[in-house]
Amino acid sequence: MSHRELDDMLGKGWRKPHFIKNPALRWALLAGFGAYLVAAVLTIDVDWARVYAGLDRGWQFILSFTRPDFVSRASDIWAGLLESIVMTVAASVVGILISIPIGLGAARNIAPLPVYVVCRGIVAVSRALQEIIVAILLVAIFGFGPLAGFLTLSFATIGFLSKLLAEDIEAMDKVQAEAIRASGARWMQWINYGVQPQVMPRLVGLSMYRIDINFRESAILGLVGAGGIGATLNTAFDRYEYDTAAAILILIIGIVMALEYLSGIIRARVQ
Amino acid sequence: MPVLDKNGAQVWRRRTSRESLVRWFGWLIGVAVFLVCWQRISEATTWFFVWDAPRIAGDIWTRATPPRWEYITQLGRPIWDTLNIATLGTLIALCLAVPVAFLAARNTTPSALFIRPIALLIIVSTRSINSLIWALLLIAIIGPGVFAGVVAIAIRSIGFCAKLLYEAIEEIDHTQVEAISATGASRWQVMAYGIVPQILPAFAGIAVFRWDINIRESTVLGLVGAGGIGLQLSSSLNVLAWPQVSLILVVILVAVVISEWVSAKVRGAII
Amino acid sequence: MLRLNKLTKTYKTGDQALKAIDLEVPSGQVLALIGPSGAGKSTMIRCINRLVEPTGGEVWLDDLELTGLGSGALRRARRSMGMIFQEYALVERLTVMENVLSGRLGYVGFWRSFLRRYPQSDVDEAFRLLDRVGLLHMADKRADELSGGQRQRVGICRALIQNPKLLLVDEPTASLDPKTSRQIMRLITELCRERGLAAIINIHDVALAQMFVPRVVGLRFGEIVFDGQPTQLSPEMLTEIYGEEDWEATIEAIEDEEEIEAAQ
Repeated sequence: MSHRELDDMLGKGWRKPHFIKNPALRWALLAGFGAYLVAAVLTIDVDWARVYAGLDRGWQFILSFTRPDFVSRASDIWAGLLESIVMTVAASVVGILISIPIGLGAARNIAPLPVYVVCRGIVAVSRALQEIIVAILLVAIFGFGPLAGFLTLSFATIGFLSKLLAEDIEAMDKVQAEAIRASGARWMQWINYGVQPQVMPRLVGLSMYRIDINFRESAILGLVGAGGIGATLNTAFDRYEYDTAAAILILIIGIVMALEYLSGIIRARVQ
Repeated sequence: MPVLDKNGAQVWRRRTSRESLVRWFGWLIGVAVFLVCWQRISEATTWFFVWDAPRIAGDIWTRATPPRWEYITQLGRPIWDTLNIATLGTLIALCLAVPVAFLAARNTTPSALFIRPIALLIIVSTRSINSLIWALLLIAIIGPGVFAGVVAIAIRSIGFCAKLLYEAIEEIDHTQVEAISATGASRWQVMAYGIVPQILPAFAGIAVFRWDINIRESTVLGLVGAGGIGLQLSSSLNVLAWPQVSLILVVILVAVVISEWVSAKVRGAII
Repeated sequence: MLRLNKLTKTYKTGDQALKAIDLEVPSGQVLALIGPSGAGKSTMIRCINRLVEPTGGEVWLDDLELTGLGSGALRRARRSMGMIFQEYALVERLTVMENVLSGRLGYVGFWRSFLRRYPQSDVDEAFRLLDRVGLLHMADKRADELSGGQRQRVGICRALIQNPKLLLVDEPTASLDPKTSRQIMRLITELCRERGLAAIINIHDVALAQMFVPRVVGLRFGEIVFDGQPTQLSPEMLTEIYGEEDWEATIEAIEDEEEIEAAQ
């Protein structure tokens, strides 16, 4: 940091220093990104004629939102929606319950090494695989129906919650937990009094968030036969019954909004 | 944590009797709901298949391993397509999410009564519906292919990014904005100097975060025909070519690991 | 040059923050505004450049009446009023130069400011100001890498590069340690003298006010209860402004500090 003489600087232009200082690196990144964009856009073949023809159908679909049809396929919609909700509830409950021990096991400051490795492994596998892929596999193994969907969502919930729970535990205030331990409490008591109060609020918040995600996922699992409203939606699209499809989408959006509202209330209460 | 008066002696209980009753009742209802859900799932499941599941799982495993490594030569183009769907979709979404976020944030919206609710509605509706459903919809309208995938990812990501972005906008330090206004700056200058620099780290973090998630979502869009590696997955599953399926899953896993690493690195560099 | 004519601010809750304030500040005069918290000092300063909208009365800057101006004219008027904030209010992620140059935003079009292509005269003035406050070597550092006193000096440069007629200073030393507070107050008053600027300095440290400014205005519950020279601030006066307190201690402190000043 040398003191620059004022007279040297007067009259010379000033430019804002760049974010990436090294000009070679900066230009390389910009050129590389530009080249990528050009290549990417060129390799997408878009059949513009088809798109243009489809716009009319698209407009029809948008219009159908103004006259959603809840009635003609009411029983299908109701059955599908109920199945989705049932899957969501059951999978969330089971998922949350199982993710607590696995989350504890995946926290380095609580668990012994072999347990830690195994739990982290489970979490990694669960998070790496997309829900729908898991659903396809489980349908192949367990057959069509909501059971496969329930298992898929439970597995996904475990991966999601355990990781965040473990991170929370690893970041928790050591001193509070140590104080309990110093009083001579057994391991379970230590967890109950020292760890739980610190992570509980966040766990509740995350669980609510996950329930929301689970419901949204449950809407698509039906596409591969794992139960839920996805199948009904797919059929509606195939039959070009846009009014019904719009009705289903509105219901999904409505339930998601309701869940978010509920989640907000519960999180505020718990804090 | 109340102190209760019991037969003249002071007793400390964790909750008042009324609280205990409410809790107990709540648990009862919770368990009842869960059992009802489980029963419905059970009814819809062909338990015969479930008992057969371990055998089927083992069968699939033996067929799927080792993966058919040669197949990877046919996966070059699908991988490229998947990358493009994710990247282009994210870029388009970001361009659209920025104005929506500004319209939705309490401190920058031009009209809290009319425009803000509309912006929030856009955000909720695009978030609530999975990209797979958007893909289904778009394929029905503009036909199958990578373009439908790009648009599906873009629409889904708008809601996600705009929500996080508007929350960041609402949390800025308003005295910095005040200071810029006090110099006589125009509305756009206030935005460029007072607001944008404060949300830039959040913006970059959100962009990379969403891109990472989009890579995962793009891999499965092909299952409904929207291009990318999901197409190969779908065709391989249809003919039960398990060694190919396992190879595709390995490729997807590697892609997810790489994108997560990139995302973590970039987000670490931004802070 | 600045005239407040029955300036009033009443909040929607019914609180009357300012009650028909009349004040006249001739060009080149620095005045300190003192008073207890909630007296309306910050509100008054912000009503002058309309960061807070007054509910009644007039603000005259030379021949221009500010409360009736539309947004374009208000922006132009704000160029003549430089503001310095309590918590510095620098844009933290931008560099010192960008923060100083942002004082010229009222004079420069959007695209030039966006691309950071300011006229050379502005850049030179920024260099000169930074040199004057002793921060020229930190021109390209990010604002959040600076200490409190340094940030406040950048804030001063930003206000001065506007070439204002009036400085509005809101508690410039509240977040600073005693020595830095004195340096900043000295800097502000010297710069005002050099450039012939009028200034209203909202300050809670009475001793500092008495040390540096020729005129003190005391505000209490939105009304002016004192307007005169610092030497006229007797303990009884301070009681009237602030309430009951052992003011002897505060006033005597100045004499001790002046001795320390002389010794340095």
